[in-house]
Amino acid sequence: MWGWRVSDPSPNGNVVELTNVQVQFNGGRVRAVDTVSLEVGRSEVVALVGESGCGKTTLIRSIIGLEPLAHGSITVLGQEVGGRRGLRSLRRRVQMIFQDPTGALNPRHSIYEAVAEGLRIHKVKGHEPTLVAGALSSAGLRPAERYLRRFPHELSGGQRQRVLIAAAMALQPALLLADEPVASLDASIRGEILALMRSFVDSHGVSIIAVTHDLGLAWNIADRVAVMYLGRIVEVGPTEEVLGAPKHPYTRALLSVVPEVAGLEQQILTGETPDPSRVPSGCRFHPRCPVVASGEADRLGFGDRCRGVDLELEPEVGDHRVACHAVAISATAGQ
Amino acid sequence: MASLVLLIGFVILAIITPWITDRADFNAINTGDNPTNHPPDGDYLLGTDRYGRSVALQLMWGARVSLFVGFAATVLTIVIGVLIGLTAGFFGGWIDSVLMRITDWFLVIPFLPTAIVLAAVLERSLWTIVMVIGITSWPSSARLIRSQVLSVRERLYVDRARALGAGRLHIVGRHILPNVTPLILASATLAVPISILTETTLSFLGLGDPTEISWGGMLDQAQQSSAVTSGHWWYYLPPGVAIMLVVLAFTIFGRALEEVLDPRLRKR
Repeated sequence: MWGWRVSDPSPNGNVVELTNVQVQFNGGRVRAVDTVSLEVGRSEVVALVGESGCGKTTLIRSIIGLEPLAHGSITVLGQEVGGRRGLRSLRRRVQMIFQDPTGALNPRHSIYEAVAEGLRIHKVKGHEPTLVAGALSSAGLRPAERYLRRFPHELSGGQRQRVLIAAAMALQPALLLADEPVASLDASIRGEILALMRSFVDSHGVSIIAVTHDLGLAWNIADRVAVMYLGRIVEVGPTEEVLGAPKHPYTRALLSVVPEVAGLEQQILTGETPDPSRVPSGCRFHPRCPVVASGEADRLGFGDRCRGVDLELEPEVGDHRVACHAVAISATAGQ
Repeated sequence: MASLVLLIGFVILAIITPWITDRADFNAINTGDNPTNHPPDGDYLLGTDRYGRSVALQLMWGARVSLFVGFAATVLTIVIGVLIGLTAGFFGGWIDSVLMRITDWFLVIPFLPTAIVLAAVLERSLWTIVMVIGITSWPSSARLIRSQVLSVRERLYVDRARALGAGRLHIVGRHILPNVTPLILASATLAVPISILTETTLSFLGLGDPTEISWGGMLDQAQQSSAVTSGHWWYYLPPGVAIMLVVLAFTIFGRALEEVLDPRLRKR
């Protein structure tokens, strides 16, 4: 069983495609996710980074069907799952790992039941105890027999997260969604869990979308990074480019406060924290944007565009795309 | 453990009473020669009342009625309460609103006047008492269970089950109900003594089934014969102590049951 690999990707090779996805709360007054498009290829690890409240968790919850879409579509393996009810067979191909493994495990279910639950829901063929034990040991809980009859409160945080990973991987998903998978864990365990997730990418061809606010984590495991601000992706591209040569002022500000990153002048963002119910006009980052605040945008003559014209992701270099007037204008000027 | 033994003892006593004693012993024709208001001694273990009836016999027969009413009214209360509370809490929206307005309506009906009116209007039988208690006490358990369902419904493991592709039945059966069970048990163990006490109250007020002997009815008789002022302690003390013991045993048993069912409280 554990020799399986993700097969059947969609015709264009993408495991998941988001097209203009919008998720609303409070009857449309709040757009937690506002027109996001993103595609993830087979065996690709994408990190979604951004500050708290930027909509990154809502975005992956919408992929797994926990948040209904207001607009846009989501396709998994070429089949649409968005809307109010997804196809159950496709549900199986997308699995999620939660930030808080303690809360995600029912305290009244043994480890065996927690892992077997998904197998039963999807009526997976095979000898259930064997499948469960195999999943547990593949997630590093060996010997699996020692864990089967235990309850969540008897395990450590790292072990609980391994149980959740085992339960997710037991269903042989094509896409693994990870919501801050190591945020609640000890620093010493984080590396092990990340390595475990990475090993599934290599051995089974699973794709991962990992939500994190930890840029170091993104740097370590991600092939691509997407930076979200106020419900929208403002910069996306290969990890080395986005984190090595950030274009968007927001990404630069995020990176400048990471102690390990040398060479960037530290930039503490000022202004009020963004409120998704009152999205600023123009570029939604302009009230806090250092380029606008320093007057540089006005000096170079595009300050009005920043304040007045909303914009989409523009191709920068290759796969690297940025939504910033300053970047777009300097690129045109450079040609 | 002691509470369980005590409860089982009472239940067994209640069940075997018809085989080891004769109801006819209460008939006036058979009690005519008995001494009245006789203090406890070798012949009459708990003495006799003003009609010469054995208090010990009345206590045994009364246990049948009190326990039956206690259990039956509790089952009725909990079944209605769980159905309404679970449905309202899980589905929310307009279903919740409608069910809760009905619950509120029943909740604001004052208990004792309603019980007295119903007991007076309906046929005098044990089933009437069971129904009266059930009708008046389900709303509070429905509210209690609904609030717990509202809390459990938002737990992360319910989200995980939904993400796994679980249907509503699965989520309710495997996640919500098991985590509401301690509360159901707690409110059941509280409902049993309340039902027994309510039956006592109604019987004491003379609204019980006049053809049955119950602990509450015994207290009523004791009060009517001025047992306290006459110093006939053997008449009111046994039913009072029995009620207290059963109520206490149920409360302790409920706590113990919760410990057994919750893996986190289980001792290893």
